[in-house]
Amino acid sequence: MSATVNHVGLPRDAYKGAATTLCAGCGHNSITNHMIKALYELGVEPHLLAKMSGIGCSSKTPAYFVETAHGFNGVHGRMPALTTGAHLANRQLIMLGVSGDGDTASIGLGQFMHLIRRNVDCTYIIEDNGTYGLTKGQFSATADLGSMQKKGAVNTFQPIDPCAVALALGCSFVARSFSGDGKQVVPLIKAAIAHRGTAILDIVSPCVTFNDHDGSTKSYSWVKDHEESIADVSFIPFFEEVHVDYEPGTVRDVLLHDGSHIVLKKLGEDHDPTNRQAAIRVIEEARAEGHLVTGLLYVDTAMADFASTEEIPQRPLKDLGEDELRLSREQFAQFMSEFA
Amino acid sequence: MTEPIVNDLTIQAATVNGSGSQTANLVLTRAIFHMGIPVAPKNVFPSNIEGLPTWYQLRITPEGHMARSDKVDVLVAFNVATWRQDLTTVRGGGVVIHEEAFSTAEARTDVTYYAVPFSKLAKAKIQSDTLRKQLANMIYVGVVAGVLGIPWEALEHGVRRQFLAKPKAVPINLDAIKVGYDYWQDNFSKHDPYRLEAMTGRVEGKVLVEGNQAAALGALMGGASVVAWYPITPSSSLCEYFIAYSDRFRVDPKTGEKLVSVVQAEDELAAVGMAIGAGWAGARAFTSTSGPGISLMAEFSGLAYYAEVPVVIFDIQRIGPSTGLPTRTSQADIGFVYTLSHGDTKHIVLLPGTVEECYEFARDAFDYADRFQTPIFVLSDLDLGMNLWMTPEFKYPEKPFDRGKVLSKDDLEKVAGEWARYRDVDKDGVTYRTLPGTDHPAAGYFTRGSGHDENARYTEGADAYANNMDRLVRKLETARHALPAPVIDEAGSSVGLIAFGSTHAAVVEARETLVSAGKAIDYLRVRALPLSDDVAAFVERHERVYVAEQNRDGQLFDIVRLALPPALVDRVRSIRHYNGQPIPAAAIIEPLMDREAVPA
Repeated sequence: MSATVNHVGLPRDAYKGAATTLCAGCGHNSITNHMIKALYELGVEPHLLAKMSGIGCSSKTPAYFVETAHGFNGVHGRMPALTTGAHLANRQLIMLGVSGDGDTASIGLGQFMHLIRRNVDCTYIIEDNGTYGLTKGQFSATADLGSMQKKGAVNTFQPIDPCAVALALGCSFVARSFSGDGKQVVPLIKAAIAHRGTAILDIVSPCVTFNDHDGSTKSYSWVKDHEESIADVSFIPFFEEVHVDYEPGTVRDVLLHDGSHIVLKKLGEDHDPTNRQAAIRVIEEARAEGHLVTGLLYVDTAMADFASTEEIPQRPLKDLGEDELRLSREQFAQFMSEFA
Repeated sequence: MTEPIVNDLTIQAATVNGSGSQTANLVLTRAIFHMGIPVAPKNVFPSNIEGLPTWYQLRITPEGHMARSDKVDVLVAFNVATWRQDLTTVRGGGVVIHEEAFSTAEARTDVTYYAVPFSKLAKAKIQSDTLRKQLANMIYVGVVAGVLGIPWEALEHGVRRQFLAKPKAVPINLDAIKVGYDYWQDNFSKHDPYRLEAMTGRVEGKVLVEGNQAAALGALMGGASVVAWYPITPSSSLCEYFIAYSDRFRVDPKTGEKLVSVVQAEDELAAVGMAIGAGWAGARAFTSTSGPGISLMAEFSGLAYYAEVPVVIFDIQRIGPSTGLPTRTSQADIGFVYTLSHGDTKHIVLLPGTVEECYEFARDAFDYADRFQTPIFVLSDLDLGMNLWMTPEFKYPEKPFDRGKVLSKDDLEKVAGEWARYRDVDKDGVTYRTLPGTDHPAAGYFTRGSGHDENARYTEGADAYANNMDRLVRKLETARHALPAPVIDEAGSSVGLIAFGSTHAAVVEARETLVSAGKAIDYLRVRALPLSDDVAAFVERHERVYVAEQNRDGQLFDIVRLALPPALVDRVRSIRHYNGQPIPAAAIIEPLMDREAVPA
């Protein structure tokens, strides 16, 4: 029997990982499944994938997909530094970071911002549930003002919105989604991976144990009632033909570096994803109106990524040997003589 | 006049920082070195950009002593703010070259004064308004040259060498030196015993290098290709030199691409994290920092230790605690760095004692990191790192890189994918790793700082945890025998001395002085942690062993005692120097002789 395979000849099972140890019904598990689907359909070669994470429930999930890929579960809030270093060592790797709201918006906010500032070529997924699950339900910095803990405590602080921060910093790819919306999450993950530069994907992902009750703005029911998608997203990888059979003027097509396309079908008001001010406005309006705006908020395909700015070669620095890394005997002797 | 004192004197220039005095000091240093005379400069500078007092000590000895001297023979007093205090540092019979405007009324009468109207000369003779302040310092180079008899040819060399990259600056600086040189000839006759005379046989084949330059070159030759750092004194110059050398030597001649990536990170946490990420992905990576940065790197260092990721971390020590004295030297990080991070953590620490070792250890650190898959700390300090030291030229490495136990695709095919990341196949505690990007379905594994089994899978299992921790001990034990062995210089004395790092220079001088006084002392210089067995054996061969170091708490003293069998512990005594100034020989000789006078 021949299993169905993707364009690199691998079956879907090749993208599975270890069994999850998260709670049944956790939004993160849905995201893991979306990840498996996206990576399979994209035909990412597992050996070229580097799964990076920090600490927290979200950061455990890289163990639950593409088991044969390398992964690095580092220290809390520092996934961006490890990702930056690994990327510089080997530009061939597809850097896929998974973080949470605590890992990103509290302890790791500085690294999150500086990763964006450098535009390191990586995908940065925030599994955002507004709570610290592993330590049993404290508010995180993305919890909305006035949202409630399970036992009734009210959050008194303004939230840090990772997408708003990313936009303010000029991030080259900013999107938001909902773990329960696979139709949107999957193409966004694909687009984020195909994008050259830092792609931030904030996915609201309810914590069924600590933050899925009335009064929470990160619960399944709240998000279902308040999600407003700005456009239908579909992704056409470089190895597939583009068939556009929409009415003229109803879609936007974003061409990525690798020849893939993001196709956005208008829903309601037209949003131009290449307009950063418009993206910031969309987020602000949604916040004022009490909605969760999802979809591709902003993309800049022209911005140079970090490794290009640094002018390092495509071939991995890790593979360079003595012949290229050391001075020659003659250079060394000349150099030493200059200290005389 | 008393007997002439030739080539054996210490010049101290007291100036204002940010005024260009350092360039003048370096010209003077290079001119004297060019005469074949050994020089040992020490720059004592403030944590400030402009306007605070700074001192440059240039020690000149026929033997080539490189430790700081605590006696000043020739003072160049250029700073009115410290003038009276500086005057007290000069030894009786010494020379004071000072700005004419500084009053000598009621000042010491046991020194020779040469009052020079530096300001007036600068105004009258230096045409450029913009450069006057800087060039004024060059005038004192000319005066010192006149007093000590430095030939004009040596001064020309000093200026040319100093302005290697800016040949245009040579004539204008020489002109300024000439102003001082002529002023001396026209206005003074010599009333002091100090003079310099060209000599041979001491500096041939030697060069002047800063420890941070040496370490940067070592890192380049060691194959570092990813570097991440955050600026901090006194470590910044290491990365800055590395950048400069990379710009020159690490550009692909065919494509113009850089064969290295150097990132100025947002803080030290990110800097070490990037280096660890790169080490994990297979590049040779390092970061460089000093005390406060080392504190911030603690968590990540524990990750690299436990997850077994190669990385090289330079700590150019300055004096703490906290911000401490950012521009003063110390050896007080050794205890902290050795076990940096929470939990049972122990690191390999290399302890260069000369600039040549700064080069060699920096270079070899990358081999050790790859071989032992763990952070390698290279502990230098401000004195070693930021001062120029006379050194034999460095040797070209004869060995290729040792990339350690890395399984390639072919290796994995040979074993049919049967391997485990943390399985101790060779019983030396060092396991095999694969790099991301290895095209084999069995290559991938999940690196984590949480508890893991042989296959790198998460576990909280008691045995798995303990077995892994025991293996890490085995690994460190394997490494211990491979690290640079102590250097022992022994002639059967009953008294021994143990030191490390930049204290070496003071020990060398102290031992020579003690030998002339009839008290030979044996010497063991520690060059790495964990300690070699040679240390305990050395203590066993001696009745009394002094551990000399530049920190308050006797940190190496403690580490040595912990490594000794109980019967030997009482043989060890501690000599400590911790005022931020590089340790002089006297700070070893005096306490040692005092305590030897009344053996316990």
